[in-house]
Amino acid sequence: MNGTPWWRDRRVLPWLLQAAVGLAVLVLVALLMTNLVRNLSAAGLLLSWRWLGQPAGFDLSETLLPFDASMPYGRALLAGLLNTLRVIVIALLGSSLLGALVGMAAFSRNGLLRGLARVYVEVVRNVPLLLQLLFWYFLVFLALPDGRAALQLPGLVLAKSGLYLAGFAGGSWQGPQLLNGSWQAPLQLSVEFGALLTGLITYIGAFIAEVVRGGIASVPRGQWEAAGSLGLHGVATLRHIVVPQALRVIVPGLTNQYISLAKASSLALACGFTDLYSVAETTLNQTGRAVEVVLVLLAAYLAIDLLISAAMNGLNRLVQVRER
Amino acid sequence: MGTPSFAAKRLPVAALLPLKRLRAQLAPTVADGLLSLGLLALIAWAAVQLFGWAIGRADWAVLQLNSMLLLVGRYPLAEQWRLWLLGGLLAAQAGLSWGLLRAWPRADRREQGQLWPRHDRIAVVVIILLALLLPAGLRLAGPLQGRWGLLAAVLLALRWAAGRWAADHWGGRLHRRGLKLLGLLWPLLYLLGFWLIGGGLGLAAVAPGDWGGLLLTVVMASFAMALSFPLGVLLALGRRSSLPVLRWGSVAYIEFIRGAPLITLLFIGQNILGFLLPAGMSPDRVWRAAWVLTLFAAAYLAEAVRSGLAAVPRGQLEAARSLGLNQAQALVTVVIPQALRVALPTMVGQFIALVQDTTLLSLIGLLDLLGMARGIMANPEFLGHSSELYLVLAVLYWSCCAALGLGSRALERRLDPRNLAGSP
Amino acid sequence: MRFAGKLRRQGWVRVSLLRRLKTAAPLALLLAACGCASDSGGGVSSVRMAAIRSHGQLICGVDGQVSGFSSVAANGRYQGFDVEVCRAVAAALLGSGEKVEFRNVTATQRFPAVASGEIDLLSRNSTVTLGRDAPGGNAMSFAPVVFHDGVGVMVPLASGITSLAGLGGKPICLLSGATTEQALTDGLRRINRRYVPLKFSTIDEMFGAYQQGRCVAVSIDRSALAAQRTTFAVPAAHQILPAVLSKEPLAPATIESDPAWADAVRWIVYALFEAEEQGITQANVAAKLAEAKANPKLAERRRFLGVEGNLGSQLGLGDDFVVKVISAVGNYGEIYRRNVGEASPLNIARGPNRLWKEGGLLFAPPFR
Repeated sequence: MNGTPWWRDRRVLPWLLQAAVGLAVLVLVALLMTNLVRNLSAAGLLLSWRWLGQPAGFDLSETLLPFDASMPYGRALLAGLLNTLRVIVIALLGSSLLGALVGMAAFSRNGLLRGLARVYVEVVRNVPLLLQLLFWYFLVFLALPDGRAALQLPGLVLAKSGLYLAGFAGGSWQGPQLLNGSWQAPLQLSVEFGALLTGLITYIGAFIAEVVRGGIASVPRGQWEAAGSLGLHGVATLRHIVVPQALRVIVPGLTNQYISLAKASSLALACGFTDLYSVAETTLNQTGRAVEVVLVLLAAYLAIDLLISAAMNGLNRLVQVRER
Repeated sequence: MGTPSFAAKRLPVAALLPLKRLRAQLAPTVADGLLSLGLLALIAWAAVQLFGWAIGRADWAVLQLNSMLLLVGRYPLAEQWRLWLLGGLLAAQAGLSWGLLRAWPRADRREQGQLWPRHDRIAVVVIILLALLLPAGLRLAGPLQGRWGLLAAVLLALRWAAGRWAADHWGGRLHRRGLKLLGLLWPLLYLLGFWLIGGGLGLAAVAPGDWGGLLLTVVMASFAMALSFPLGVLLALGRRSSLPVLRWGSVAYIEFIRGAPLITLLFIGQNILGFLLPAGMSPDRVWRAAWVLTLFAAAYLAEAVRSGLAAVPRGQLEAARSLGLNQAQALVTVVIPQALRVALPTMVGQFIALVQDTTLLSLIGLLDLLGMARGIMANPEFLGHSSELYLVLAVLYWSCCAALGLGSRALERRLDPRNLAGSP
Repeated sequence: MRFAGKLRRQGWVRVSLLRRLKTAAPLALLLAACGCASDSGGGVSSVRMAAIRSHGQLICGVDGQVSGFSSVAANGRYQGFDVEVCRAVAAALLGSGEKVEFRNVTATQRFPAVASGEIDLLSRNSTVTLGRDAPGGNAMSFAPVVFHDGVGVMVPLASGITSLAGLGGKPICLLSGATTEQALTDGLRRINRRYVPLKFSTIDEMFGAYQQGRCVAVSIDRSALAAQRTTFAVPAAHQILPAVLSKEPLAPATIESDPAWADAVRWIVYALFEAEEQGITQANVAAKLAEAKANPKLAERRRFLGVEGNLGSQLGLGDDFVVKVISAVGNYGEIYRRNVGEASPLNIARGPNRLWKEGGLLFAPPFR
């Protein structure tokens, strides 16, 4: 120690600093919590979870779990969570597909296609999602005709009353049918769900397109040329040479986009879809348990976020391992 | 879609005749040609629909009567001269910067030394159109039209004067000083702006609750950008620190914030913060929202900066240390500047997201651009005109975000070491 | 090494400063906790009223996006029925109806905003319910009902639906977080019907979806249904079903822990009713006051307008608070007429919102 006082010791100081910071944070948190408990008890709102078991008294549309108004709040929140998860999973797949296509379109020979891909990305990325959801719902999906005039595509009918998809029903493949003026199909989605999905997929798809474009651009041009001189076909070059290298850059970027997708799904109320946030809002209004409901929301979204992060980290490891 | 390739870039396009050039661009193969035709039809159809609506069915009176409301919200009429003054100062400063920076030599630019290069000419036309035709088209009051014209005139006149001056003193000491002064003027103008907007120190105070519309959106976004930047850098350094408490603290903070939807955080800031702090100690709701935005953006920025830090080779730090700099000096002068350059595109991406995130302020009852528009939609006189307002909003947000993106790309090219040779 | 030493020293300074802050913080807390209960209104102790007076402005929570009740005019001024209730309270307390800071609060925020002291007064067409009033629920303190409403259902005439039973299994557009939702669910459950709820966060969006034909019915308070119908291209093509699904008494609310403040708001609202009953309007209040001052026989009016007695001071307001209120916004009837009645584009009939003498529900206890 040769006479250095302990408070100037290189080995002690950082720990001292850390302990001080840690202590300060702890004291701050303790102070805030004391306040919270005091203020909440003054307002008669101390934390309590009994409301979770009380009947909700409101109805939900298109849930995966059977639900009606006599079931408890807890189940309503669970039904909302499942709806949120459904949106996230489908939008995740859809935006990845769209993003990959548009990202690759940036390298197309067709100038118009390249330009359009550019315009799409620039327009969609720079307009707030909330506005886009309103656009898709009110100006596109609610402008669809209904009944006989509905937009009919092979295996898919788009009408104001909903989206009708072909699927297996009763062991056989069935398309949408018009019965007594209303459409019936094995798979039905509401236009709210459709608008939310379309909005999320086009919005996140634009960001993913940029990630994909950046990933492909990061592969040196020599790699393309070398593959070409080896006699590899365009698609084969892409599959065996470019994509494996590009993925190393793409996957970390994708993780961020997926996480922001999960959180963006909480704007579902803008186009009338009942997701976790929407159920939580109604619950909060009816029970007045602001702190508890927000805690539930935070925990649910944090769990989704961690799940996506963990899955993508696994994927990332898989992609990076190929480096020999 | 065709095989992804660089074929298009390799073609000696410029050498072909216009018609052939078009064909090479649009229809190199039959399939591509059909695709192009389909796309063209789609674009034409959408354009016809949009213009048919905008000219035929839309009623723009809602915009004409509420233009100031959308721009500055419920800012008191008697104090609005402060905002016009600030607008004038901003226009002057922008013109000055534009002129002084115009001739910055860059390897990737061909049109060096011209007073008005092609991009600048386009920008001038756009500015004149926006400042003269738009207010006239909306039939705004005469004085308002005049003020918009004046702002554009100040901008362009200073651009011209500064451009001439820079050309005369190119690379000299005066020019270098001018550029340095410019870097000082912007933060100064920012502080001055806050004073002009908020008042105090001799000016009548205007409570943040009265700021609204585009003004509030810009104030909130710029405040959050300015403050989240240092916070983000600190968090990124904390995450890479060897001290476990700092490291885990930073990780926990970043992951918690990134895992929560902004709307829940804003909700906590608005409704639960009141319970956390002793009575009467919580700040105004506008500032609370601004701080939530800042703390939110800081976590994302930290991740961007961290990726930048990771890209700086370790040797840089070691070399700096071996030159006798201590850890802090080495970080500030050597590592962080390089990291920020790498992280720039991601950071600007976060800033753009931040501008868009300000729309969520309308969901907690603040009168930002979207909140103000929704307030106008509820006015009994203007019921049923939401499409017009939403379209205007989309254009406004798009312009703000696109301008940020454009600026970022310009800065990126400028900071590219390959283009830096020969700069003053 | 000199640098390192300096840094360390600075670090040390920072640590000790933090320590000092930590000891100082509880002190500041104590000070903040004790800075209460200094009142300036005639011996009445109200933390909230003292705070409003020292702030110089009443902070009033409104919706901000409901036609006729609260919206922003093109000149940036708040307007509407709820807004004028705020102005009335501000006039009584601070002498001017302009000394109000309006804050938009959403359905979700409104009660936490009152409970946390964020807003002084909530005037945002909120329904009085037991759960919202009770200390174990939202713990609000409600002023008298200023607008009697009820949840109704509107359908297009062409749909052929004439009663609630016809709504079974049909999509209905609703406002998220309003009492409508529960009322409709209860109403339909009574007759064993279920429906498909489509929830929206704003009235504009909800009616937008209805007009585009996404739902066969839209449900909200009947006043809002009537108001919005006037804006349709063909109002006559839509019918409000006769069934009233619930009572929706809308009232201003204050924090429960300050009864003196709640009393003041309550009697300011009563004053609006009473003024209409006595025929005192914004235009004639000065004349009526002069008359009362000159004529000692008009005892009732003299007490009401604060010429004699000290009713106002008992509430912690000025004795002439009624004069200030009526000069600022007029009586209840005038407020109604201007914002939602025949002088407004909404033109909603008074209905139950008439004085008790005219067969309505508005009633003020005696001012004595």
